[in-house]
Amino acid sequence: MATPIIELENVDKSFGPIDVLHNINLRVHAGEVLCLLGDNGAGKSTLIKTLAGVHKPTSGTVKFDGKPVEFSSPKEAQEMGIATVHQFGGTFPLMSIGRSFFVGVEPTKGWGPFKRYDRKKANEIAVKAVQDFGITRIDDGDRLIGGLSGGERQSLAIARAVHFGARVLILDEPTAALGVKQASHVLRIVLEARKRGLAVIFITHQVMHAMTVGDHFGVLIKGALAADFRKGEKSREEITDLMAGGEALADLGEEVEEYMASHDGHAPPAKH
Amino acid sequence: MNNLDFGNILRRPEAGALLGLLAVLIFFVVFGGIDFLKPAGTASWLNVAANLGIVALPIGLLMIAGELDISIGAMIPAGSMTVAILSGHYELPIWIGMLGSIAVGICVGIINGLLVVRTAVPSLIVTLGMLFAVQGLTLGFSVLLTGTTSVALSAPDWAKFLFGQFIANSFQVIILWWLAITAIYVFFIHYSPFGNWIFAMGGDKVSARNAGIPTDRLTIILFVLSATSASFVGMCQAILFNSAQVSGGMIFIFNCIISVVVGGVLLTGGFGSIIGIFFGTITFAIVNQGIYFTDFDRNWSSLIIGIMLLLAVLMNNTFRKMALNYSPKKKKGAE
Repeated sequence: MATPIIELENVDKSFGPIDVLHNINLRVHAGEVLCLLGDNGAGKSTLIKTLAGVHKPTSGTVKFDGKPVEFSSPKEAQEMGIATVHQFGGTFPLMSIGRSFFVGVEPTKGWGPFKRYDRKKANEIAVKAVQDFGITRIDDGDRLIGGLSGGERQSLAIARAVHFGARVLILDEPTAALGVKQASHVLRIVLEARKRGLAVIFITHQVMHAMTVGDHFGVLIKGALAADFRKGEKSREEITDLMAGGEALADLGEEVEEYMASHDGHAPPAKH
Repeated sequence: MNNLDFGNILRRPEAGALLGLLAVLIFFVVFGGIDFLKPAGTASWLNVAANLGIVALPIGLLMIAGELDISIGAMIPAGSMTVAILSGHYELPIWIGMLGSIAVGICVGIINGLLVVRTAVPSLIVTLGMLFAVQGLTLGFSVLLTGTTSVALSAPDWAKFLFGQFIANSFQVIILWWLAITAIYVFFIHYSPFGNWIFAMGGDKVSARNAGIPTDRLTIILFVLSATSASFVGMCQAILFNSAQVSGGMIFIFNCIISVVVGGVLLTGGFGSIIGIFFGTITFAIVNQGIYFTDFDRNWSSLIIGIMLLLAVLMNNTFRKMALNYSPKKKKGAE
């Protein structure tokens, strides 16, 4: 198989005495969606921050295109084509779509000190980039970002990253705050990005969303990769159980019913 | 696209400021008579607006970027005392005194900016500290060096001509400076990439930094602009009135903030416009001066300013919501 775009080899990360990641091995190929699943505090954010150049691994290597790299800053990772899109990140509610899309790299016309921001060009490119991703409702680059729906904003942020040459797209819980329909927009965009040959790292704890788009799954538990499997190898229940730290969440329903039947309809106390 | 559609005007950040300006103009023409718009009357509020406006513009930019600078209240007397002490008391050439004023502004601005960027203490607190520090320094040095708190200054003709003359006996020349500076700001904020960065910074600082915008440098530049603008206004006042006092300037803090907010800038940053601040400043100046043309007791002017501020904020909120909810429905039919 071809060289993975990005690869982690035996990566450990600790903050002082606290080990956050142990011995992580992961590889993501172009045109593939890796879903990272895990409960809160499992180390998902630390892992993506290590990939995005925010943290340096304590030991182990990060390889980009097969070559070991060490990012000194998130900017360096960005320049190599690793883009992180946080929830609603990279968009500014009170700016127009065109202006927001080109923040920091505004197209200009004119010369010397009289270079002007080229509103028309920016709007055209931004609207086209988003529409290419299938969000046809966005057709006016002068609209303000704050007037878009959550899914549209997320889609805009992803389209922006792709437009500016991202090769690895890290999506940090892009569907967490979205409704069913909005989330499906975002998932469609993830698939479109995959089709264009990007490597997508999709962080979520919604198993359904992960199973819809994922080719490859990694489950993080307490900083270690507890499971690493490919599409179709595990059922939804198995994945949910894994995420809950091995506890059989699938049996929870039965357990609760039993408890309620024997305790006058009271719900069981939470387990710790 | 460029047709003047009423809805399009309302959705702009300066919509509230424009309506407010029209409202106060009508109010004072009705109650104060047409004298208010004759040259002598116009000069009375344009002079106030110009002095205020030069400082209000950079304050507005800071607010768009999510910061605030109240140390300008001390920078105005600091600027006028610097030029008066150097060129009046020590009789150095006027340009040395003027450079001194500007340099004091740049230094204080850099310190403000660095403190805000490095310590992450809210800029309100940083500049509040700076307000008192600069005030103390101005008073201390004045008494130490000159033995008094009021220093006379006689500027040569060219300096008078450029910075401190009355055109047609009533219009301060600083009005022209204000108009020129406003034009420069309009270009940089609304037509160059630089302005986009300021809006992005105010909208979401972390995302802006991630997008490669030098947020720290930009913050420092904005603080330098506000402090320098204030010391420039102080310098012009000293040249105009042939003297400088250590007091005064405090009233500028609130007046600037009112002008900026009436002008449609969102207090939490990310939204506003230069033209809006420009209108907001004129509106404020008209209310401030217009009262003298009416039969009302001048004590009522603060009441009017207070009500105007609240109305302006409510109006601006409504217009901002309209802008957010706007989507071009009619365009679909045209296509």
